[in-house]
Amino acid sequence: MGVVSAPAVELVDVRKRYAGGAAALDGVSLRVEEGGVLVLLGTSGSGKTTALKTVNRLVDPDAGRVAVLGRDVGDWDPIALRRGIGYVIQEVGLLPHMTIEQNVGLVPLLLGWSEERRRARVRELLTLVGLDPDRFAPLFSRQLSGGERQRVGLARALAADPPVLLMDEPFGALDPLTRRRLQDEFRDLQGRLRKSVVLVTHDVPEALRLGDEVAVMDRGRVVQSGTPREIRESPQAGFVRDFVAAALP
Amino acid sequence: MLALIGQHLVLVLVSTGIAAALGLPLGIAMARRPRLARALLGVAGLLQTIPSLALFGFLIPLPFIGGIGARTAIVALVLYALLPVLRNTYTGILQVDRAVVEAATGMGMTPSQRLRMVELPLALPVILAGLRIAAVVSVGTATIAAAVGAGGLGTYVFRGIATMDTRLILAGAIPAALLALLTDALLGAVEKSRRPARAAAILAAGATVVAALAFTAGASRQRAVVVGSKNFTEQVILGEIVAAALEDRGFHVDRRLNLGGTKVCHEAVTSGQLDVYVEYTGTALTDILKRPVRSDPGEVLEEVRAAYRPLGLRVGAPLGFNNTFALVMRRQEAERRGIRRISDIAPHAAVLRVGLFGEFLERQDGMPGLLQTYGFRLGVRPREMDMGLIYPALAAGQVDLVVGSATDGLIAAMDLIVLEDDRHYFPPYDAVPVINEARLARHPGLAAALESLAGRIDEASMRRMNFAVDGEHRAPAGVAREFWARNSSQAGQVVPGRVEK
Repeated sequence: MGVVSAPAVELVDVRKRYAGGAAALDGVSLRVEEGGVLVLLGTSGSGKTTALKTVNRLVDPDAGRVAVLGRDVGDWDPIALRRGIGYVIQEVGLLPHMTIEQNVGLVPLLLGWSEERRRARVRELLTLVGLDPDRFAPLFSRQLSGGERQRVGLARALAADPPVLLMDEPFGALDPLTRRRLQDEFRDLQGRLRKSVVLVTHDVPEALRLGDEVAVMDRGRVVQSGTPREIRESPQAGFVRDFVAAALP
Repeated sequence: MLALIGQHLVLVLVSTGIAAALGLPLGIAMARRPRLARALLGVAGLLQTIPSLALFGFLIPLPFIGGIGARTAIVALVLYALLPVLRNTYTGILQVDRAVVEAATGMGMTPSQRLRMVELPLALPVILAGLRIAAVVSVGTATIAAAVGAGGLGTYVFRGIATMDTRLILAGAIPAALLALLTDALLGAVEKSRRPARAAAILAAGATVVAALAFTAGASRQRAVVVGSKNFTEQVILGEIVAAALEDRGFHVDRRLNLGGTKVCHEAVTSGQLDVYVEYTGTALTDILKRPVRSDPGEVLEEVRAAYRPLGLRVGAPLGFNNTFALVMRRQEAERRGIRRISDIAPHAAVLRVGLFGEFLERQDGMPGLLQTYGFRLGVRPREMDMGLIYPALAAGQVDLVVGSATDGLIAAMDLIVLEDDRHYFPPYDAVPVINEARLARHPGLAAALESLAGRIDEASMRRMNFAVDGEHRAPAGVAREFWARNSSQAGQVVPGRVEK
């Protein structure tokens, strides 16, 4: 075995219980290799979003270890940690009172970039996600279609060129055609950018299409993890097989 | 009129501004701490339930924030405006979509950046709605401010109520209502504008300029003598006469007439916010000093003088009339029955129908003592009626004898007579100027100028002036000036009881 570099994101036996509820995370361990895409796949309430939020400390675990770029998240200043992680969420992620340009340029603004540099970066990113900057920069999110909004969300997450991306149902609210096209574009983009990505979805085909690794979660636990091929061809008996079989023809 | 609108605007702008400056940070703190929110909303809600006149009453005796004038009014208006500002800031921030707030946190905003860049901008419409309510409520409540001498459009309303002059009431009420509608429309436009924050800033800047202009226009007469009065016709006339007498002698006078009542005036003159107002010796003795009733006018005056001295108040020479209780009859009826004095009633006591205001039945200088002193019993149960209805009922023959005040204007106008109190039952209510001793030094010649009023006004003159205002709807200032012009030059004094032409 050679030298093993630290994983970009690592969860070790993480536990979280919300007040008065069942365990949201019941001993979850995950690894995202640098430049890899880990998909957390599960039904709603399986704990996948909670697991994601432990990475940028929107949720603090009761027990276990979460590390980003080899460093325990408890040792990071939470503000610096979050600015170093791109965060993409479904729909509501865009701030309704800000223009597209202001939304995309937000993290660079928080990081203190000059206006000139921010503006250039916003143009670059909008172009990258396939939106015409001249047309879209001055608009508000309510003037955009669902697909356009998701592209803006991705552009915003990439704005400060973070090494790690967290994506929570990024294509969740889209029609099947748009969804498919954005998935393809994301895969293409990821091929060029090589970010370390944690992506949460309940959509089995999406998970199998986008993930380098897929971790299937159920009731706060990872019940099976492996490559998409392993999940498709040898799903574990019980929950994983039912879930995958129900979704694939 | 313009000056009053200016004062009104200053009151509203300053108080809404202070309420915003206090309410916004508190509302934000409340959104972070639910326990604080419950406590503050409770307190602010409680304040809201206090009737405005009562709140002004509480504030007057307080040091620093109290007294009469704009300061007290602003404190009260701020207390009222606080609830809508607090509540809307608080709920405005809480109703911001939690998912949006979490997204902002997830992007690495510090709590203060989140507040500034996300929560406040998204809560702005609700916060502005709160400010709008606060401002509109303040426009209305500020009319009450006239009761504590803060001026504003309420000055007309109160004077109109005191003199039962509907036109005067409307002269205050209609501009106040228009002002409220205008405020509502302006702030409503800000709320709906595409850049509400910028529009609010522009409006705030404009309002500050208006307030500053109105303030500088209103702030003058620093060295003027401040003359007060209570809130009924006779008091306003007396205030105007005192003012006219002082102006005759070259003083500048700041009129704070129509103040909320005896207590307001007393507190104000004691604290030096008024230099002088006219009080009645009987009222000073029983109402202010809480001492038992006495009947000798000279003794009452001396007792009040002695008791006022330690308060820093000087009681001037009586003005000449005694506004005591009076038993009043139709002249014809009285002559037919041969009644001139109260003791003449006894033979007719079984059949006379008496009308009076309810309070008289219980007062320590009221009905029981009267019957005891004169030794008769009424055969017909007295009818209680509203003050305003007593004389119409007497004129219409529904009652034969009423209890009123010696200077009621209608006595002169309706051919009524006042029965002589031959056993001196009623305590004296001699009108006397009450002066803040410490302020005399600041206005050399003030004491002498006030002495020039001594013995100048008798009951008949006072009645006629009251009637000129209440019955003929003339302005108190005009009536007072006319009276003073005729009387100031006379060498002699009016002899009490003698009716002059």
